[in-house]
Amino acid sequence: MKYLTLAALAVFAPAAHAETPVLNVLTYDSFTSEWGPGPAIETAFEAICGCDLVFSAVGDGAELLARLQLEGARSDASVVLGLDSNMTARASATGLFAPHGQEGANDLPVTFDDPIFLPYDWGYFAFVHDSKLPDPPKSFEELAASDLKIVIQDPRSSTPGLGLLLWVKSAYGARAPEIWAGLADNIVTVTPGWSEAYGMFTAGEADMVLSYTTSPAYHLIAEGDNSKSAALFEEGHYMQVEVAGKLAAAPEPGLADQFLTFMGTETFQSIIPTTNWMYPAHMPAAGLPDGFDQMITPQKALLMTADEAHAARTQALDEWLSALSR
Amino acid sequence: MAERALSLTAAGLAAAVILLLLTPLGALGLSLRGFSLSGAELAALRFTLWQAALSAGISVILAVPVARALARRRFFGRGALIATLGAPFILPGIVAVLGLLSVFGRAGWVNALWGALGFSPFSIYGLSGVVLAHVFFNMPLAVRMILHGWQAIPAERFRLAASLGFSPSAIRRHIEGPMLREVLPGAALVIFVICLTSFVVALTLGGGPRATTIELAIYQALRFDFNLPTAARLALLQFGLCAIAYVVATRISLPSGFGVGADRQGGPPAPTGWHRIADVLAITFAAMFLALPLLAVVLNGLPGMLALPSQVWAAALRSILIALGSTGLSVAVGLVLAMAAARGRGWPALAATLPLAASSLVLGTGLFLILQPYFRPASLALPVTFIINATLSLPFAFRILAPEACSLYVDYNRLSASLGLTGWGRLRWVVLPRLARPLGFAAGLVAALSMGDLGVIALFAGEGEATLPLLVQRLMGAYRMEVAASAALLLVSLSFALFWAFDHWGRRYAAS
Repeated sequence: MKYLTLAALAVFAPAAHAETPVLNVLTYDSFTSEWGPGPAIETAFEAICGCDLVFSAVGDGAELLARLQLEGARSDASVVLGLDSNMTARASATGLFAPHGQEGANDLPVTFDDPIFLPYDWGYFAFVHDSKLPDPPKSFEELAASDLKIVIQDPRSSTPGLGLLLWVKSAYGARAPEIWAGLADNIVTVTPGWSEAYGMFTAGEADMVLSYTTSPAYHLIAEGDNSKSAALFEEGHYMQVEVAGKLAAAPEPGLADQFLTFMGTETFQSIIPTTNWMYPAHMPAAGLPDGFDQMITPQKALLMTADEAHAARTQALDEWLSALSR
Repeated sequence: MAERALSLTAAGLAAAVILLLLTPLGALGLSLRGFSLSGAELAALRFTLWQAALSAGISVILAVPVARALARRRFFGRGALIATLGAPFILPGIVAVLGLLSVFGRAGWVNALWGALGFSPFSIYGLSGVVLAHVFFNMPLAVRMILHGWQAIPAERFRLAASLGFSPSAIRRHIEGPMLREVLPGAALVIFVICLTSFVVALTLGGGPRATTIELAIYQALRFDFNLPTAARLALLQFGLCAIAYVVATRISLPSGFGVGADRQGGPPAPTGWHRIADVLAITFAAMFLALPLLAVVLNGLPGMLALPSQVWAAALRSILIALGSTGLSVAVGLVLAMAAARGRGWPALAATLPLAASSLVLGTGLFLILQPYFRPASLALPVTFIINATLSLPFAFRILAPEACSLYVDYNRLSASLGLTGWGRLRWVVLPRLARPLGFAAGLVAALSMGDLGVIALFAGEGEATLPLLVQRLMGAYRMEVAASAALLLVSLSFALFWAFDHWGRRYAAS
């Protein structure tokens, strides 16, 4: 047992701390994984900040806020990166964030101006299908009328699931329960998170999966595979806007500001498209990488404000539950 | 003296386990005033109980003929089949689900065959899918537990039965019946409680919010609503259900008390005729049911094997070290509690059963709240994972060791006492040799389970401290489904290798 402990120490001992200041950024798992934007952003920022940028990661965007609430003001993080705009109302209400004080301009298709949260990327939710699928549906109503089978995520445990709920709500308002009732027989199953749903779709269990309009770009650019497409819906597509904010109790407020400024630069923004597979909040001068031009462009971008999303959630969730529990 | 030391150690360990399980609930702000359940929570409770009862009942009922066939037949590949029985149980949830779907899903092999025969496709989503998956996970575990029961019947009893001219039905009534009465309630209890806390499997195969379990409600309370007291209340409800199930199972279960044998080789008699056909069918069915989804897991994982990123090896090493550490701790605690339980006390069994009902998310969150003021969470990721994994797998170590520790005490206590064998001497010359088989099985299962668990590390893990299960999740989150399937295959292979090594050691040691 003693040897095991020694061996464990040898393997897990953290690297010796240097004298440089440390900027802790709390984010979600897939941002900091080897395939996400994290490693490249860390290298680029450390080259200019004279600091050590350390990402700590938790499961996903929803978990991020819960984690922050657990830590409260004791968190050693200065910046939180990766909250979904549907959750920012609750995040501001915690009082743990400070105004970012940056110039808020961005290239989002809707107005997004928040004194506390700065967007760094965004995307449209969409149903992704095999490119060979004949006549993909052009609206929720067409989808509900079809025999197509879809996999979606649970709005009680995942951010895309919540996004879909708000998508139907903002496109159909009071008709939302009717749309859900129509979709009930198309839904193969509801998964706890995005990965399970996407995995089931790629395994052939469903014709379509709730994901992003940019998902096919991953397959096209990283795998040279053009077999996936996203269906364009006439009623518009709900957006996911991913934001970062500075903590009021930040141990390194100066570095936090520097990081938020860096977030809007060409360097940071041009890393995003092919690592996070989302649109950058500030369009790089060189434009988007090849392949993104083949993605669908919704005519209408839907997004509730933080307060609207917060207010709509409970009722939309009840409607969803009762439509699908029948 | 040694007896008292054992008693005190066991009591201390039992208290530590219960403290570790309940303190986090307090940290989440558990309040017992006005304990009530909302309509949605009641619906979740109903579904949870119903699917768990069905899963446990079906797993155990199907396991009996398979265990009996394995106990009385000798055939090529029998050892391999018994070892493979441990495999489904150690699969990570989502990997097993994708494997099952390759076989039984809409685009699965069975549906393809079904369609080729001209039938319209069937869908497993719903209660049937949830139960199918739970039976796939747990039936093999039940077979192993029941098989141990059969193997624990002294060969002399069957010889005596043969010389008295017992028919197969008389053997069932007088020998096998009492053994099953002792073993089945415990096996059903374990499976029932495992299924109580099912989450990913229940939701993914359940087809929608009808299949909401209590664990999902906990997840929602912790992650989306940040309602810690609600999560604590629901976690307490799970412990309560586990305690009730424990009491019921204890009431039903009766010790069989066959007495000591002379360790002669030879299992139960192997009747011919239709019994033989039934045994062949039982073994074939079980082998197919287990092997096809496992084969699918292997086939899904092979293509991406060469693309595995270099980080998998460091992650694999970390996972193996955690697994080995957890195994040592869990089996040692399990053995002490099992030996204390053999002296006729009930509390060690309850303390060793409760962790089954623990929600790892609640446990992790509670510990996080307790430890975070004093330590950096990331610096604790591995020690916490190590202790939690050991605690969560304690029930398995205990369940496997307890019946045989009990017979050991009944059969050998007086002999050992009259020889003056106590303390280490008894451990070395009586306990370890006679419990080698269940110890090996228990250690194998615990090691494999500890490789797979990620409920807690996700909460604590910082940069660069991923374990293999976490890496699988990260790969899936980065669209790399094929490589994720390969990393999962690596995880399963390593888990199974650990399981096999311990289990094989136990059986070899017992046979020598």
